[in-house]
Amino acid sequence: MKTFDHPTAAAEFVADDAHAHWHDQALWFIRAKRDKASQTLPEWEVLRERAAAIKQHTISHLGDYLEEFERNATRLGAVVHWARDAAEHNAIVHGLLRERGVRRMVKSKSMLTEECGLNPYLEQQGIEVTDTDLGEWIVQLRREHPSHIVLPAIHIKKEEVGELFHRELGTDEGATDPTYLTEAARHRLREKFLQAEAGLTGVNFGIAETGGFVVCTNEGNSDLGTSLPKLHIASMGIEKLVPRLDDLGVFLRLLARSATGQPITAYSTHYHGPRPGCELHIVLVDNGRTKLLASDDFRNSLRCIRCGACLNTCPVYRRSGGHSYAASVAGPIGSIVNPSRDAAKYHTLPFACTLCGSCGDVCPVKIDLPNQLLTWRQRIAELGLLEPSKRRLMGVAGKLLSSPRLYAFAGSAGRTVLRWAPRWLLYNRFNPWGRQRELPTPPDESFRQWHARRGRGGKS
Amino acid sequence: MRVGLFIPCYIDQFYPRVGIATLRLLEHFCPGQVEFPTSQICCGQPMANSGCVSDARPAAERFVATFRPYDYIVAPSGSCVSMVRHHYHGLVADEAALAEVQAKTFELCEFLTDVLQIEPPAGRFPHRVGMHQSCHGLRDLRLGKSSELNVAPFNKVERLLSKLDGIEYTQPDRADECCGFGGSFAVYEEAVSCMMGRDRISDHQRAGAEVLTAGDMSCLMHLDGLIRRERRPLRVLHVAEVLVEGMGIGGA
Repeated sequence: MKTFDHPTAAAEFVADDAHAHWHDQALWFIRAKRDKASQTLPEWEVLRERAAAIKQHTISHLGDYLEEFERNATRLGAVVHWARDAAEHNAIVHGLLRERGVRRMVKSKSMLTEECGLNPYLEQQGIEVTDTDLGEWIVQLRREHPSHIVLPAIHIKKEEVGELFHRELGTDEGATDPTYLTEAARHRLREKFLQAEAGLTGVNFGIAETGGFVVCTNEGNSDLGTSLPKLHIASMGIEKLVPRLDDLGVFLRLLARSATGQPITAYSTHYHGPRPGCELHIVLVDNGRTKLLASDDFRNSLRCIRCGACLNTCPVYRRSGGHSYAASVAGPIGSIVNPSRDAAKYHTLPFACTLCGSCGDVCPVKIDLPNQLLTWRQRIAELGLLEPSKRRLMGVAGKLLSSPRLYAFAGSAGRTVLRWAPRWLLYNRFNPWGRQRELPTPPDESFRQWHARRGRGGKS
Repeated sequence: MRVGLFIPCYIDQFYPRVGIATLRLLEHFCPGQVEFPTSQICCGQPMANSGCVSDARPAAERFVATFRPYDYIVAPSGSCVSMVRHHYHGLVADEAALAEVQAKTFELCEFLTDVLQIEPPAGRFPHRVGMHQSCHGLRDLRLGKSSELNVAPFNKVERLLSKLDGIEYTQPDRADECCGFGGSFAVYEEAVSCMMGRDRISDHQRAGAEVLTAGDMSCLMHLDGLIRRERRPLRVLHVAEVLVEGMGIGGA
């Protein structure tokens, strides 16, 4: 079985140089929009501070706030379910659909259901699930996964969408005009909305104080998907809570600006209990979150509001694409939350990073992402999951770099080899540095040799 | 005042000219007070950043033991200073010694501007200079404002070079994008690393730079490797070298 590793997947993405550059530029465009949008608010840094504090407070009282949320949501007429893991979540959703004989369901984008693998599970049970976020629908039609938590189809060019829609929807061959293609999608999706007997949404913010929740979309698809069917299921990660309705303003101002550079998401829809004659079910999902909550090192990653700013700014993500992370959440935050689920599978992710720190500075809730990535590297080494070559290399480096004699000897030996060895010996497949780069030109003497010579009265 | 000079291992071995420039600068501003303790080797960052804490421990212990007697410890590398200042906890047994050493370890530009509080030195450096903002100096040590934060702009490194006659800064697109070095990242994620490096070089070339400078030689080692492979017309110089050349204190 081929095991997943980020460097290999990233190298495949980078191999298509033009596409990788296009991807990099597309995401940088969003990052630049984010910069502009954030600069329109003089209080930006204060907002970040406030948001971080609210989230940290919520996380440290999560049990209480979850119970308060459940109490208030129930009072409003919603039914609250608790799911320990992905399997329980999927079984609860399927149970609700089966009991009501639902054959067709529309979904608005929910990364949690991606995380739980809900679509393939329901399809196996004979239920048709349609993702109604345009980007997510495109990746669904391509039988792929989203490559970005906010911009699920950011890796796909409009020409590719044109081909896909020509094949799947019968649009004109060669058509790439976004307005035309969107119109075609709108018609097909409208049919799906009208046929659906249930609508599932994610949750951006649950409000403990009221028992309501907010779903943010730019296409209004969650509104359509929950207005027609009689059954609304909301899948919510347990970390999505804020204590009070008043807190929302802080997050709604930060979320869209950080995500896409918009002042606010086009639709921020509040749901407080079911509509008359309809049902609202809220599934609260743990799936590894309490494991993060219990961890001193990684707890504050639960502050994350999934704006995607750390992905957009990450120079590695931009150049390697979301699929190179092989998980529902990619990028810096994904490299923190995924190893906590399966450290063996995701052991290369915390290393898919130069520790440049941009993710930490861009994060609207001030998660110390670079620190946590570094800590994950230590945990992975402790778990014995480092590649053996790296393990050995660092063992040797550790010895060399703490013994003055060994160091001095290896240093001059290394410089001599570099100076005299034939090119083929230095530049071959065993030297990944030298495939695309020259090695440093070795000087005749090290600094310390120069310094010693100077001390003995040598010329300096 | 006793200033202990820390020359990171890769600078010692491959870029002694940067070490020499750093020493000349420090001797210029603190004459008779600078020492190079020879028991030093490496801060331990290569091992620590790979997760190999136990392999990093001896290097960290050695660093603290070597430099504890000094009033200040100065290194021409934001990355190594960040390692000492932010990532030594748990690596060094004597916590009091560690705290003491951490508080007096400075990156070169930071030491000149914040501790010595020198005015930007006069001199002449008639070149078009692209400033590469090395990430650890920028975002760990806050030598300048990063593009993500909405705070008042400042840049200690640029300010230090600001009085050199004839220097002309070129402004690349994406002011502070990472160069892609990242230690072992440069080897294990070679594909992305090299793409990042080439992009950074292209950004600086488009802006018209002839000299690329940075406070971290490690970034420049990676960029220079790409520049020389592709024979691009760019020269890399550590900030210390620019200052020494500009001030004309290079010596014989």
